[in-house]
Amino acid sequence: MVALEKPRSAGLALHIEGLSHAFDIEGTPLPVLENISLNVAPGEFVALLGPSGCGKSTLLRLVAGLEPADQGTLQGDGQPIIGPDPSRVVVFQDPTLYPWRRVWDNVALGLQAQGVLKGQRQRVDAALAKVHLGDFARAWPRQLSGGMAQRVALARALVNEPRLLILDEPLGKLDSLTRIAMQKELIDLWQRQGYTALMVTHDVEEALLMANRIIVFSDRPARVKSQILVERGYPRRRDDPYLVELRTSILQSLGLG
Amino acid sequence: MSSVKWAHSAAAARPRLAAVGWRPALAVLAWLGAALLTRFYPDATRHWPWTVGLANIELGMALAIGVLAVLAPRSVRVAKGLRHLAAWLIVLALLLAAWELLTAKLGRLPMPFFAPPQALIAVYFNDWARLLDSLWHSALLLGSGVLLGAVCGFIAGVSIGWSSAIGYWLHPVLRILGPVPSTALLPLCFFLFPSSWSASVFLIALATWFPVTVLSWSGVASVDKAYYDVARTLGAKPGFLIFRVAIPAAMPHVFVGLFMGLGASFSTLVVAEMMGVKAGIGWYLQWAQGWAAYANMYAALLLMALACSGLISALFKVRDRLLAWQKGAVKW
Ligand SMILES: Nc1ncnc2c1ncn2[C@@H]1O[C@H](COP(=O)(O)OP(=O)(O)O)[C@@H](O)[C@H]1O
Ligand SMILES: [Mg+2]
Repeated sequence: MVALEKPRSAGLALHIEGLSHAFDIEGTPLPVLENISLNVAPGEFVALLGPSGCGKSTLLRLVAGLEPADQGTLQGDGQPIIGPDPSRVVVFQDPTLYPWRRVWDNVALGLQAQGVLKGQRQRVDAALAKVHLGDFARAWPRQLSGGMAQRVALARALVNEPRLLILDEPLGKLDSLTRIAMQKELIDLWQRQGYTALMVTHDVEEALLMANRIIVFSDRPARVKSQILVERGYPRRRDDPYLVELRTSILQSLGLG
Repeated sequence: MSSVKWAHSAAAARPRLAAVGWRPALAVLAWLGAALLTRFYPDATRHWPWTVGLANIELGMALAIGVLAVLAPRSVRVAKGLRHLAAWLIVLALLLAAWELLTAKLGRLPMPFFAPPQALIAVYFNDWARLLDSLWHSALLLGSGVLLGAVCGFIAGVSIGWSSAIGYWLHPVLRILGPVPSTALLPLCFFLFPSSWSASVFLIALATWFPVTVLSWSGVASVDKAYYDVARTLGAKPGFLIFRVAIPAAMPHVFVGLFMGLGASFSTLVVAEMMGVKAGIGWYLQWAQGWAAYANMYAALLLMALACSGLISALFKVRDRLLAWQKGAVKW
């Protein structure tokens, strides 16, 4: 693992062992995850790569506690994960902002749901400022561009000071310029906040630019196929020969090389 | 020299014309014409009281439009409103004049059945107390029924959409009772309920309940599941998911149900008042028809149309306030 510049006590240690999961499709089981074991250190940034439909989102939903796993161990800081918790927040591919709430109220969602919004309103302002959208607090979601909406979704997650940020193709639907800008922002925020990050992406380059470690999954049912350490500090350059070389080997392990 | 002067005055006049156009002038003329026709053209069969009154009202309209047109260059709001309404104002004057001509002036329409406009004015002037009282009774009955039906429908719909256990019990009731036209239950209800008033409240509530229930239910059922995932990962409890996610997301559907329910409630109200409740606009209509007082009937109908339209408008206003976040909602 790379030498981490800062103490990362804010991050959650994730421990996954022998995790298997299947969906029931009209009576026949559809195995989606098969015997997945994975440890993520506090403050680590792990990217998950794999063919579409192999089960990456399912893994994230289990880690978030949105669904119970069929089999295996799933622990955060040694405690079993049995349900959703604001310390493990998900940012989905779609921003899924509530259209009936203004931007500010969308960001305030978590604090309100936990019943702590009163007296902590400045946290919402701070989160909006972090994603450079302070001026849009009173806007409706429909008035935002895709990139802005996704930044609001990020602020909505960060305001809860998560210890594990779960990102499911968060930049998947953005245009390439917005994407590059947001990759930088995400790295920045991660470095400043010190949370653990678990990110699914379908973009090998994005994984190489952002993650400490890349996990490559097999076709469905997903198994861990290979793990690649990216031993480079930040900011990274896309034309770094080291990264270009890693890219080739990852594409090969995905069967696309 | 003179051409320069002309150009100058034309430039000064242009903003005035640009503000309202020529239609308000036509509207003034049309109302003036209607007033003159009413006042000076002889009545055909009999003399109608309130003919001069009608003429004065028409004259008043002409004056009011004229004054607004003069004010228009000073106020953008007045100018906009006038420009928008001008065509209708012209047509209304013409229609009123035609109505007057065909009834009072030429007697072309069979008389007791088609009352001239001044007869309606006479009704409003002579019978306003009874009309107002009827309107008040109708409002009370409608308000009670619609409120009861809307509240029950909203709660039932949200419950069915949220909980399959509640849905198990309510769904069959909804399917059997809902589509029955509530007026069909009228005879039964007058017999079952202690008073015709409570029976009518129940029927109006039933008419409102059905669409509100179905639409609230479909609204809750069609909420994007991702909204719940977001709230759950942020620490939301079930109460929060219902009141802060499901219900706000379902509100556009709920309002469609409310519009349909309100529409259905009007007809139930009138039938209930005609059949049993001895008060209200429906009863007034029935009474007027029984006495062949057709002018009274038209007057009551017009009043009812305005009242119902006012209620729908008010509901639109409420919706526009509550659903300001929606894009491209229909404007009333
Ligand atoms: N709730 C569900 N019920 C049934 N099948 C599901 C469900 N969610 C996902 N699947 C199936 O599981 C497989 C993996 O899905 P997913 O985890 O979303 O893949 P991806 O790696 O693209 O994120 C897919 O074949 C999908 O159809
Ligand atoms: Mg996915």
